[in-house]
Amino acid sequence: MNLAAAHPGFLSPTGVEVAFVLVGLATLGAALLTVTTRQLVHAALWLVVALGGLAVEYLLLTAEFIAWVQVLIYVGSVVVLLLFGLMLTKAPIGRSPDADSGNRWVALAVAVAAAGTLVWVVVDAFRTTWIDLGGPAQGSTEVTGAILFRHWVLPFEALSVLLLAALVGAIVLSKRTGRER
Amino acid sequence: MISLAVDDLSYFGRDPWWLVVVKAVFCFAFAMLTVLFSIVWERKVVAWMQLRIGPNRHGPWGMLQSLADGIKLMLKEDVVVKGADKFVYVLAPVVAAIPAFMSFAVVPFGPADNEISVFGHRTPMQLTDLPVGVLYILATASVGIYGIVLAGWSSGSTYPLLGGLRSTAQMISYEIAMGISFAAVFLYSHSMSTSQIVATQQHTWYVLLLPVSFLVYMVAMVGETNRAPFDLPEAEGELVGGFNTEYSSIKFAMFMLAEYVNMVTVSAVATTLFLGGWRAPWPISTFWAGANHGWWPLLWFTVKIQLLLFVFIWLRGTLPRMRYDQFMKLGWKVLIPVSMVWLMLVASVRALRNENYDFQRVLLYVGGGVLAVLLISLAADVFRDRAAKKAEGAGQAGQEGPGDRFDPMAGGFPVPPKPGQTLPPVPRRRSRAPEAAEHQLVGKDGDDA
Repeated sequence: MNLAAAHPGFLSPTGVEVAFVLVGLATLGAALLTVTTRQLVHAALWLVVALGGLAVEYLLLTAEFIAWVQVLIYVGSVVVLLLFGLMLTKAPIGRSPDADSGNRWVALAVAVAAAGTLVWVVVDAFRTTWIDLGGPAQGSTEVTGAILFRHWVLPFEALSVLLLAALVGAIVLSKRTGRER
Repeated sequence: MISLAVDDLSYFGRDPWWLVVVKAVFCFAFAMLTVLFSIVWERKVVAWMQLRIGPNRHGPWGMLQSLADGIKLMLKEDVVVKGADKFVYVLAPVVAAIPAFMSFAVVPFGPADNEISVFGHRTPMQLTDLPVGVLYILATASVGIYGIVLAGWSSGSTYPLLGGLRSTAQMISYEIAMGISFAAVFLYSHSMSTSQIVATQQHTWYVLLLPVSFLVYMVAMVGETNRAPFDLPEAEGELVGGFNTEYSSIKFAMFMLAEYVNMVTVSAVATTLFLGGWRAPWPISTFWAGANHGWWPLLWFTVKIQLLLFVFIWLRGTLPRMRYDQFMKLGWKVLIPVSMVWLMLVASVRALRNENYDFQRVLLYVGGGVLAVLLISLAADVFRDRAAKKAEGAGQAGQEGPGDRFDPMAGGFPVPPKPGQTLPPVPRRRSRAPEAAEHQLVGKDGDDA
């Protein structure tokens, strides 16, 4: 680890910051296109770009474990399942005239409020936290694992229960339609 | 035993830029050459299995057949379907092909401690390595799915869409079993970096320590690469050509390339994780100390990959294609539970060993637990069977439910029978025996009947 730290990196510290901002802008643009495009499958593909951009941001922050998990789970599974759903409903090629929702201004307000809350919470929570640069890299698998399973194990388990609930819910929903037929 | 192996990746990331380029080109060339060879090899082997000769016109022993195929495909007309979504239609083959090559960046071709010298520069025989190398391989493999899904959708045609749907479901469900089988390896290697995983297999290959994981991975890797007997996304009998029906020329060639490179990639991963990577096989390493040093590891690695590729071909030549529901049942109801239970077993053995229990006790506890679970499930099965028989006896007294009867035009479409339904008896033609007897009096006509 020390040898690697002594070795000059691919980008200078300023270069990393510049790249971070550029990738962030690209991610934001892709996210905007996701909700504004009229073509269903293209929206899903822009979502892939946005989530992939997030993975690049994680990489730039030296959190490679999180970055590849992001690619594996979000890009590789969640959006693929989304596409799967779209294809089951015969996603049309070309523009969908009914892709605009009447609720879009409400949705925008909710999205802005949610983003504001998240930014405020994160800034407030980590305002006085300092990263110890002397120890192992903060994004490494070891550190991530230790933090996740020591300090944050309760939220982690609560989230997995949430996923289980979603799973059970999906099964219940599909069972009910089966009986009605 | 407890001491966690700290990833020693200090040998990586120190190459000059030209050496990185050389290694990247080598990885690409290795994959391409293996693909070119394995296509001819596959056609030859399948031909021998079917008592044919196989390709023998291009070059010595037909070895240039793949090159000829490639040139032929490039010279064909490049059709873009009118109803297609143009951009995605062109993007799909590229997305399918590129991630297939990317995994090779972390595959170790030889030892990681600067054993070879390239133009006077000592370097490890591996392009690069990450502390999370195997995760990177899984991530690139999952991105490769997009190529097939998007090809199926953007063609704007029914059969490709069905092929795309099938492959999505297939790859996602088999990726889970694959990931769980990897997790057992991580428990032993203490690391997700590929070079470390090979390094920890110095004494015993993981195929011997974790045979169940290896088997699960073997099945999952055939499922992941859409190869026979799991080649449902391109089942000719049902889907014309599957997701690549509307593709021609170089775009079609890209899909073929992606499929074969994926085969090579998953074979390389299987070799690295379970078959000792670049290490020489057992009898050789005992009498020849130099077998694991210098450039020799490249040979062992190539031989192991070729053997696994032969298994792919062998399966294709031997097994008929599975039905889709059988395939899904195998994935979700067999592979995933089996690998989960196996992972729990491996984890408990590792945990007990870390607490310094001796081996017999570990065996006693874990084996006892397994035996108890098996007995309980056996008892449950017996009781369930009894209950089912009783219910059946009660059901036979009543009338047959309306759901059991087969409606050939359910919902206005001709449909096949559901599980549990039987086709109505086919009306047979009346026997011609009496007529034949009459004809015999007239003349020869009776012989035709």
